[in-house]
Amino acid sequence: MESFYTDSPFGSSITAEEVLDSIGFLDDWEERYRYIIDLGKSLPALPDALKTEDRFVRGCQSQVWLAEHFDPAENKLYLAVDSDALIVRGLAAMVLAALNRKSPQDILDYDMETYFSKLDLLKHLSPTRGNGVQAMVERIRSEAGKLV
Amino acid sequence: MSLDIAALRGQFPILSQSVRGKPLVYLDNGATTQKPEAVIQAIDAYYRECNSNVHRGAHYLSDEATARFENARQSVADFINASREEIIWTRGTTESINLVASCYGASLKAGDEVVISTLEHHSNIVPWQMACERSGAILKVIPLQADGSLDLAAYRALLNERTRIVAVTQVSNALGTVNPVTEMIRDAKAVGAVTLLDGAQAVSHFGVDVRALDCDFYAFSGHKLFGPTGIGVLYGRKALLEAMPPWLGGGEMIETVSFERSTWNRLPYKFEAGTPNIAGAVGLGAAIDWLQAQDRTALAAHEAALLRDATTRAEAFAGMRLIGTAPGKVAVMSFLLDGAHPHDVGQLLDQQGVAVRTGHHCTMPLMDCLGIPGTVRASFSIYNDSSDIERLFTALEKVKSFL
Repeated sequence: MESFYTDSPFGSSITAEEVLDSIGFLDDWEERYRYIIDLGKSLPALPDALKTEDRFVRGCQSQVWLAEHFDPAENKLYLAVDSDALIVRGLAAMVLAALNRKSPQDILDYDMETYFSKLDLLKHLSPTRGNGVQAMVERIRSEAGKLV
Repeated sequence: MSLDIAALRGQFPILSQSVRGKPLVYLDNGATTQKPEAVIQAIDAYYRECNSNVHRGAHYLSDEATARFENARQSVADFINASREEIIWTRGTTESINLVASCYGASLKAGDEVVISTLEHHSNIVPWQMACERSGAILKVIPLQADGSLDLAAYRALLNERTRIVAVTQVSNALGTVNPVTEMIRDAKAVGAVTLLDGAQAVSHFGVDVRALDCDFYAFSGHKLFGPTGIGVLYGRKALLEAMPPWLGGGEMIETVSFERSTWNRLPYKFEAGTPNIAGAVGLGAAIDWLQAQDRTALAAHEAALLRDATTRAEAFAGMRLIGTAPGKVAVMSFLLDGAHPHDVGQLLDQQGVAVRTGHHCTMPLMDCLGIPGTVRASFSIYNDSSDIERLFTALEKVKSFL
C-alpha cells in the first residue's frame, strides 16, 4: 500500500477523540485555526498523478481530491485527501481522524453530525458551503456503502 | 462641498453592526452594496401604504402603486439619460443580457460573429455562447494585456463586416479595469455591429450617459447600486427594441390576445410579462434618487483616494501581489498573498470581521488567462473610509502569521 495511506497519522495516532480533546482546550479563533492548519500540514500529500477527475471532490471553493484503498484482509478502508487550501486540508484531516482505517460498516455507522457539533465547527467554520467538507464526507460514505 | 463620510455611512444601518465580536469592515461591494435607510424606507412604505398590482387602474391603491413604479422608471431613465420607454425592468444584469442574447440574438445567422472580452463575467459569456450555438454564429474574444486592460489593437483586428454584436463590460468585476468603451463602441459602429455594455460594476462608481456612450444596450443590477436584489435594468435603443421579438409571453406584455394570435404591447411593456417586482423597482428608484442627491464627483474622488491608499499599502506589503493594475481602475483591489490560497485568506479575514470575496469571481476564463485559481478581492464603496483599509491591512498581517 502507498505511503500516503500507511504514513497518515489520522485514524491511527490521531483519532477523533484526540482531536476533540485538543480543540476543547482552545478558546479563541486564532488558536483553533492554528490547530486546524497544523493538522492539515500533517496530512500526507497525494502524488499529482492521483489528482484525477474521478478523485476530485465537487462543491469546494478550493480543489480537493480523495483517494481510497480497501484492504479486505483487515476489512479497513484507507483514505487520503489533499487540497490546495490549508484550512480545507485541516478540516479534511479532522474528517479522516474520525473515518480513516475503519471498516465500511463503522464508517456508515459513525455519527458525523455529533462529531462536528462537538468540534463546534458549525459555529466557527461553516462545513456546508464553499469548503466542501460535507461533500467529502458524503463521498467517503458512498465509497463505504459500496463495500458492505 | 466637503464630504462627511461618517454621516453618509451612518445612513447604512447594516454597517454599524459587529460580526464575530469585531466591528464589520465590509469590502465586498463588488458582490453587492449595502442599502441606505432611504431605500429600506421606500420598500417598507410601498408595502405599508400602496401595495397593489400596477397598470390595472381600477382603484386608488393601484393608481398609487403605478405612480411610484413608473416614477422609479423615470428615475432610471434620467440616471442614464434615456427615455422611459427604453427602460425595461428585469431581475438583474444577467437577465438583461439574456434578454438581448435571446431576442436580438434571434437575428444571428451561421457565420455571424459576436465579440466579447477576456474580462467578462460568466453572465456576459454564457448567454452569447448559447446564442451562438443556436444560430451557428462564432464567438470571438478580445485578449488581455499584462496589466489587466484589453488589447485594443487586437480588438480592432477582430472587427469585420461579419461582426454583428460587440458585448463588453464597462468595468471588470474581478480586476476593476475600466474599459475605453466610448472608443470601442465607435469602432464597433464603424463595422455596423450592435453594442451591449454590461454596466453592473460601473453604475455605483461613476455617472453613465447612454446617449454620450452611443451604446445600443446597457444592462445593470439594482443591488450593486444601493438598491434591492431581484431588480435590474435593460436599456435598449428604441428602434432595436421595437424590431425585436418579445421575451417572455404572458399578461401585461400583450395588447390583444385571441386564440388565433396576439399582438404586443407598446414599449417598454412588451418585454415585461407578468406582475413585475414592484417593490424592487420602487426601491431601486429610491436608491437612484438618493445617490443623485449626493455629490457624486466628490464621492468618486473619495473612492479614488481609497484605492490609492490601499495600493500604496499593498505595494509596501511583503508577499502581496496585485492582480490587475490598469490605470484608471475603479476602487477594486484584487490580490494574492505568496503561497496562500485565496480561500484561506478570505476565511482568516472573515474571522477578524473583514468581508471580502475570494475565488474566481464568476470569471473563470479570465482566471485561466491570468494562470491563477482566483484572487482575494477587496472592493470599496462610497461609505468605506481609511479606517477600513487600516483594518484590512492589520488583518492581513495576522493572516500572514498563519501561513
